[in-house]
Amino acid sequence: MHAFEWMSPQGIESAARAATTTVAAAMVSERGEPDDEAALLKAGGIDLLDLMKEGLLRPRRLINLRDIAGLERIEEVDGGLRIGPNVTLSQLAAHEQVRMRFRALAEAAGTSASPQIRHLATLGGNLLQRPRCWYLRSRAHHCTRKGGDTCFAFDGENQYHAIFDHKGCAIVHPSTCATALVAFDARLEITGPAGTRRGVSVEDFFLLPEADVHRENTLAAGEIVTAIWLPAPPETARSLHVKHCQTESFDWPLADAAVMLEVADGICRKAAIVLGAAAPAPHRARAAEAALTGQRLGEALIRTAARAALQGAAPLSKNGYKLVIFETLVRRALLAAAAS
Amino acid sequence: MVMRGNTSPHARSRTPCVTGEAVGPGAVPITLEVNGILRALPVCPGATLAEVLRDQLQLTGTKIACDRGACSACTVRLNGTPVCSCMVLAIEVNGAKIDTIEGVAGETLHPVQAAFLEHDAIQCGFCTPGLIMSCVALLESTPHPSEEEVKAALGGHLCRCGTYPHVIAAVLHAAQTSKRRP
Repeated sequence: MHAFEWMSPQGIESAARAATTTVAAAMVSERGEPDDEAALLKAGGIDLLDLMKEGLLRPRRLINLRDIAGLERIEEVDGGLRIGPNVTLSQLAAHEQVRMRFRALAEAAGTSASPQIRHLATLGGNLLQRPRCWYLRSRAHHCTRKGGDTCFAFDGENQYHAIFDHKGCAIVHPSTCATALVAFDARLEITGPAGTRRGVSVEDFFLLPEADVHRENTLAAGEIVTAIWLPAPPETARSLHVKHCQTESFDWPLADAAVMLEVADGICRKAAIVLGAAAPAPHRARAAEAALTGQRLGEALIRTAARAALQGAAPLSKNGYKLVIFETLVRRALLAAAAS
Repeated sequence: MVMRGNTSPHARSRTPCVTGEAVGPGAVPITLEVNGILRALPVCPGATLAEVLRDQLQLTGTKIACDRGACSACTVRLNGTPVCSCMVLAIEVNGAKIDTIEGVAGETLHPVQAAFLEHDAIQCGFCTPGLIMSCVALLESTPHPSEEEVKAALGGHLCRCGTYPHVIAAVLHAAQTSKRRP
């Protein structure tokens, strides 16, 4: 790796003030040269070090967030949970309240990456990791997302790319925790350099390429995700996260799905169905949700809903296989949630 | 109410510059407790723990293969927890307790090492130090794991010789033969 400076502030505001830009913005350039004056925030550092080792980022300084006290806690607030961004994926997956009441999130965190990486990687960093698109991660390809004028995936190797909402760029969002968080209507607390805080739903935090092709979320320079809020789920809520990978061990999924159902007397009162690795942002399958809401849960209805989850899909030349996988995943997840 | 799951392996580490002043890009003094011995050394902010162990402390048992956290050959224990040392900066684990393959054996081989030999769980051997670190940590936290638990704990390790079945047999054997720990 190239030589860089190191800073490890103890306060959120001093860290926010020290950051000059975001990881996404530091990767955007006219000719494919990353910003070599950037001062970038680092939590677990897993994706950041990967990008630096590949020469896709060349920051002058890293600002460590791991010495800031309090960001590694999970607290119960008003029946819900307030999760600090430095909580590791291992901690999240092992946490009793998360496992009991937010099962889909525990499953998504506990099956991400490998045990060794889950011990290091943080939830905040997981949400902010950059897409795995091999053109984005190739120095030889100056793609649209890095400031070029071509998305190489459309005419290239697009078997791992998006089947929804790929206008201008066909990445899929890599975070499976994000898939689960959207199903729980989770919110983020974001703190800026002046100490000002804003709240945003996880669903609105992520951006589609048509809104901004250069970044995956609304985080601005000097902003830090300081908490992930999970509202209290109703007593009757049941959730799970399922994913299908090319290999049995660790990998980003070909397809993943989180479902959350509120069921009373066999009737589905509310359904959240979110697809991951399907679109440039977590994709809410609203037609499938509508098919279930207010209806008596049964196998035929669940089959109809699983088909509806693919409504609007527009697969690329090499990823039509994902349609079958998603329909199967959603059907299985709904059947399991309905039976639990 | 504050609730915590298992704590982060970083919990006992503090970087040497928590005053908020920038340091580097040149070397910065840190200390590490490596295999029970306190070591003071200068590290550049860009040096990974794996590089520092190998190049500065000459502990070359820890291997670097992918250097991206994708193969786990570089697994060491950070405050007891197995991590990929290629994805940890040495500067951020100042003060931490690090265990490497060089510290596993005592007067005799560790039961896991002995079981690897007995079960022929090594072919080229490049992934072996990392695998052993994960297996030793597993048997400390779960003295009598099921085969599924062994597979889950070793899920991050790549062995291109394909020794996996022998490794799993070795760990299960080491668990059977070792005394039940309190």
